[in-house]
Amino acid sequence: MLIFVADADVSWEFSDLIEAIYSAPTYHLVFEGCLILFIVGLLFQHSFLPSKRRGGSGDRLSKAEEDQLIAEWQPEPLVSGDPADEALLASYQRCATSQVGRSVTYSDGRTLVNFATGNFLDFIGEARIRDRALASLRHYGVGSCGPRGFYGTMDVHLHLEEQLAKFYGCEEAVLYSYGFSTIASAIPSYAKRHDIIFADERCCFAIQQGLEASRSKIIRFRHNDTAHLEELLQRQAEHDRRNPKKARVTRKFIVVEGLYVNCGDICPLGELVKLKYKYKVRLFVEESASLGTLGATGRGICEEAGVSVQDVDLIAAGIENALATQGGFVVGTKYVVDHQRLSGLGYCFSASLPPMLAAAASEALTMVDEMRGERTARLKSVSDRLHQRLLAELDNLWSVEGAPMSPIKHLRLHRCTGENSLPALEAACAAAADAGLLLTVARYVAQDLGQPAQPSIRLSVNCNHSDSEIGSLLDFLKSYATGLAKK
Amino acid sequence: MADNDHSEEPTPYIEAIVTYISYVLLAVFGHIRDFLRNKGFEANMIATEPDRTKSFVPLYQNFESFFTRNLYRRIRDCWNRPITTCPGAEFEVMDRDSPDYGWTFRYPGSTTRAVNFGSYNYLGFAESSGYCADAAVAATEMYGCGVGSSRTEVGSLNIHTQLERAMAEYLGTEDAIVFPMGFATNALNMAALVGKGCCILSDELNHSSLVLGSRLTGATIKIFKHNNPADLEAKLREAIVYGQARTRRPFTKILIVPDAPQVEGVYSMEGSIVRLPEIIALKKRYQAYLYLDEAHSIGALGTSGRGVVDYYGCDPRDVDVLMGTFTKSFGGAGGYIAGSSRLVRHVRQSSHSAIYGASMPAPVAAQILTALNILLGRAGPPDEGKRRLRQLSVNAQYMRARLHQLGLIVYGDRDSPVVPFMIFMPGKVAAFARLSLAHGLGIVVVGYPATPIIEARARICLSAAHSLDMIDRSVQVIDKLSRLLRIRYSRRQPPDWTRDRTRAWAEAQLAEFSRPLAPTHVASSANGVALIGA
Repeated sequence: MLIFVADADVSWEFSDLIEAIYSAPTYHLVFEGCLILFIVGLLFQHSFLPSKRRGGSGDRLSKAEEDQLIAEWQPEPLVSGDPADEALLASYQRCATSQVGRSVTYSDGRTLVNFATGNFLDFIGEARIRDRALASLRHYGVGSCGPRGFYGTMDVHLHLEEQLAKFYGCEEAVLYSYGFSTIASAIPSYAKRHDIIFADERCCFAIQQGLEASRSKIIRFRHNDTAHLEELLQRQAEHDRRNPKKARVTRKFIVVEGLYVNCGDICPLGELVKLKYKYKVRLFVEESASLGTLGATGRGICEEAGVSVQDVDLIAAGIENALATQGGFVVGTKYVVDHQRLSGLGYCFSASLPPMLAAAASEALTMVDEMRGERTARLKSVSDRLHQRLLAELDNLWSVEGAPMSPIKHLRLHRCTGENSLPALEAACAAAADAGLLLTVARYVAQDLGQPAQPSIRLSVNCNHSDSEIGSLLDFLKSYATGLAKK
Repeated sequence: MADNDHSEEPTPYIEAIVTYISYVLLAVFGHIRDFLRNKGFEANMIATEPDRTKSFVPLYQNFESFFTRNLYRRIRDCWNRPITTCPGAEFEVMDRDSPDYGWTFRYPGSTTRAVNFGSYNYLGFAESSGYCADAAVAATEMYGCGVGSSRTEVGSLNIHTQLERAMAEYLGTEDAIVFPMGFATNALNMAALVGKGCCILSDELNHSSLVLGSRLTGATIKIFKHNNPADLEAKLREAIVYGQARTRRPFTKILIVPDAPQVEGVYSMEGSIVRLPEIIALKKRYQAYLYLDEAHSIGALGTSGRGVVDYYGCDPRDVDVLMGTFTKSFGGAGGYIAGSSRLVRHVRQSSHSAIYGASMPAPVAAQILTALNILLGRAGPPDEGKRRLRQLSVNAQYMRARLHQLGLIVYGDRDSPVVPFMIFMPGKVAAFARLSLAHGLGIVVVGYPATPIIEARARICLSAAHSLDMIDRSVQVIDKLSRLLRIRYSRRQPPDWTRDRTRAWAEAQLAEFSRPLAPTHVASSANGVALIGA
C-alpha cells in the first residue's frame, strides 16, 4: 500500500509521496480504495459470535433475574432413591474365604461346587501358575506404577505379548490391564464418527460401550443371522453406490463374539468372512469366552471354524476366564494392532497390568500350548454331556440355551414349571447353595441392549467337573423345579 | 498452602519462536522423507495394509499418522522403556538400540541401572519384599491370581470387603467400593451417576478417563478453564439459568469434575493442586455436585496423606463423590469410589464394572490393604506411615528447591511431588531423555500431544523411597545436562521459600524418623524371564 509505508529506513519526502499517488495507475487506486472501504465495513459489521448473538437489548437476563432463577432451581438428588436390590447387594456380602476354583468355601463354612465362574480350564489353583506368580511378585512387587509409556513396561509384558502373537499366529499383540476395557478401547480407536458398524444384537455390554464411545452409526443385525446381515450390507452397498465419494472414506466394520456370553452359542465365522470380502467390511471378533474353549488346541473361534486367523482383522479378548488372571489383549496384523499403542485409550492412559498377573497369564498360556487342546477337548465333552443330560432329563422343567459343546449355558424355568422371573431364579440359586452348588443369575445393567428378554441362570462348566458333580447339579435342578411345579 | 498462588513462568519469547521453527523444520523434513519413501528412493518400513484387504476403505488417514511417522518415531526410544525390576527407587532399564532410526529395536540383553523418577510410587510401596509383599504372597496362596466372576455374581472375596471398609475409614466417608482398574473406575462409573439431561462441568485439562466417562454418560459437557473458579462460576450460572441448549429445559443435575490434583493434561503434567475450598463453596452456593478424582493426590498430599481434601482441611462429606486410584501411592492397581452409603449402594447396583468386569485379584487387594494399614498405623514398624509421608514431602520440596536454584523453569506447587521442568525444543527433549538415562536417571519427558506443542517438558516424580543422597546425585547430573543443553531458561529469581530448603533442613525434618531406610532390594534381571531376542 503506497500510503502506509513504514518510515523505518526509507525517508520519503512528503512531495514524493503525493507524486507517487498521482503517478499510480487509476485501477490500482480504485482497487485499494475499495479494499479500505471493505475493511472499514467489516469492522462495523454485526458480530456472529453465538455468545454475542444472545446479547442485544433485553435478551440477556439481568443479574437479579439470574440470581432468582438460580435460587429457584431444584436439582435432583445425585443418586435417586431407587429401591435397594437386596439380592444383588447380598452378592457383595457373600464372600469367599478360599480360592474360587472348582469348589469354593464361604465364611459360613460351606463348600460349594462351582458352576458359576468362567474358570473353564480349571487354572485357578494350578500350582504351576501360582508359583510363577509368586516368583514374579518377589521380583517385581505388585503394581507396575505407571502407564506403558512411562516405565510401566516390564519385560514380562513384552514377553507375554510376543507369546500371545505366536500362540495365535499373528504379527503383534497389545496387552491391556482389564478385560472389559480391551474391546471397549479397541473399537473406538478405529471407528470414528462417520463410520458404520454392524454389530450382532446380542453382543456383550463391553462391546456396546465400545460402540457408543466410537460415535459411529451402529446397525444391529439379528443374532447369528447372516442372511439378515447380508441384507443390511446389501442395503448399505446400494447406498454407497449412490454416494461414492462419501463411501470412499466411510469405514465399515462387523463386530461379533466368538462365543456369546449372553447366549452360549457360537458365531458362524466362515460365513462372516465370506461377507467380509464380498462387501469389503472389516471383521472384529471378541473372544473372551472362546479363548481356550474353542478350537482343537484352544486357539479360539478361528481354529474352530477352520478360518485362517489372517482373515480376521482384529481379535480382542479378556483373559479373565480361561487364563484365570486379569487383563486382556488384542491380536492381529501389525498394520491394524500397532495403532492401539498410541490411540487405545485403555492402553495409553492406564497403568499397565501388574507384572505378577502378566507372568501368571504367560504361564497359563504356556500350559494351554503344551496341552495341545487336551483340556479344551475335555471341556467340550463335559459340556456336551451336560447338555445332553439337561435335554433328556429336565425336558419340561428347565429350558437350556446354548450350543451343546459350549461351556456357557443359560437355564430358564420352563413355563410348565412356573414364572421365569429374576426373583424366582435368585431363589433357585439360594436353594442351590443349600444343596452344595454355586449358581448365579446372569446380571445386566438396565441399558444393556444385548440382554435377553428373559432372565436366566448362567451355567459355566469347568473341564474337570466330574460326572458325580454334574449328577448332583441335575438332581438339584430336577427336584427344585418339580417342587416348584407342584405349587 | 501459601505458595499456591504463584503463577507459572510464561514461555520466553525467543524459546517459543525457536521451538516453532524447529517444528516447522521437522515438518518440512518429514514431507521430504515421505516423498522419498513414496517414490521408492528410501526404504519404506511403514506397516502397510495386507494384500487381502487392500481394496477396503483405508483404516487410517495418511495425515493422521504424519506426526507419528516422522517426528515421534525418530525419538520413540524415549518412551515405552522396558524395565526388568521392581519400579522402586532405582530400577534397571533394558538397553535397546535402533539401527534404523526408530522403526525397530534390538535388545543386546544388557541393562542400565537408574534412579527411578518416572514411576508413580509416591509412598514407596512398590517393593518386592516387606509387609505388603508378604501379605500379597499370602493372598495369592489363599485365593490364587484371579476370580473369573464379577462382584455382583460370585466374585466377591473376603478381602474385598476388608479393603472397602479400610478405605472408607481412611478417607472419612461412610462407605467405599473398589474396582480392579483405575481408568475403568472413571470411564465406567460416571454413567451410573449422571445421564441425559444432566450437565457435566469438566476442567479443560482433565484426564482422558474422565473425558471418556463423561462422554459415555450422554450428558451435556461444558468445559471451564483450568483450575479457574471464576470461569467455573460463570459456566455454572450459565448452565442453571439457560438450561439445556435447544429445549431450554433446566438440567436435572450438575456435576463438577475439576482437574484431578496434579493429573492435568493427558498425563500428569503440571504439578499444581486444585483449588478445592473455592470449588466447594461454589458447589454449595449453586447446589451442584462434586466429583473429585484424587488419582495422584491420595496418599501423596496432606499431612496424613488423605489427599487434597486433607491438604486443605476440608470436610470429606462436602465432596459428593471421592474417586481415586491405587496405582500411584499404594503400589497396587485399581481404583475406588467413596462417599455416602447411599451413593456407594447405588454404585454397587449400577456400576458397569461391578456387574460385568471381573473383580480385583486377591494379591492386589492384599497389597493395598496392607499399605492402608501401614498408613493408618495398624501394621508395620511404628510411625512408618508418618515417616513415608514426611519423606515424600521433604523429598518433593528439596528437589523442587534445588531445581529452582539451578535456573530451570519449574512448574507446579511447592508441595506437589510431581516436578515438571520445561525443555521446549523437540531436539533437546530427545537429547535430555537419552543423556539422562546414560547418566543413570530415569526421567519421563513429555511433548505434544500430551502438552501444548511448544511446552515440552521433563517430569520428575518423587517417591518416599528416594533418599536425599539419590536426590543430590541426580541434581548434579541435571546440573551438568542442563548446562550442556542450555535449558536454564528461568529469568526470575527462585521463589523465596527455596532459600531455606537445604540439605540441612531436609535432614532436620527427617531426624525424628532416624531409622535407616530399608535397602531397596533390586534383584538382578536374569531371572528366568525370557527377554526379547535380537
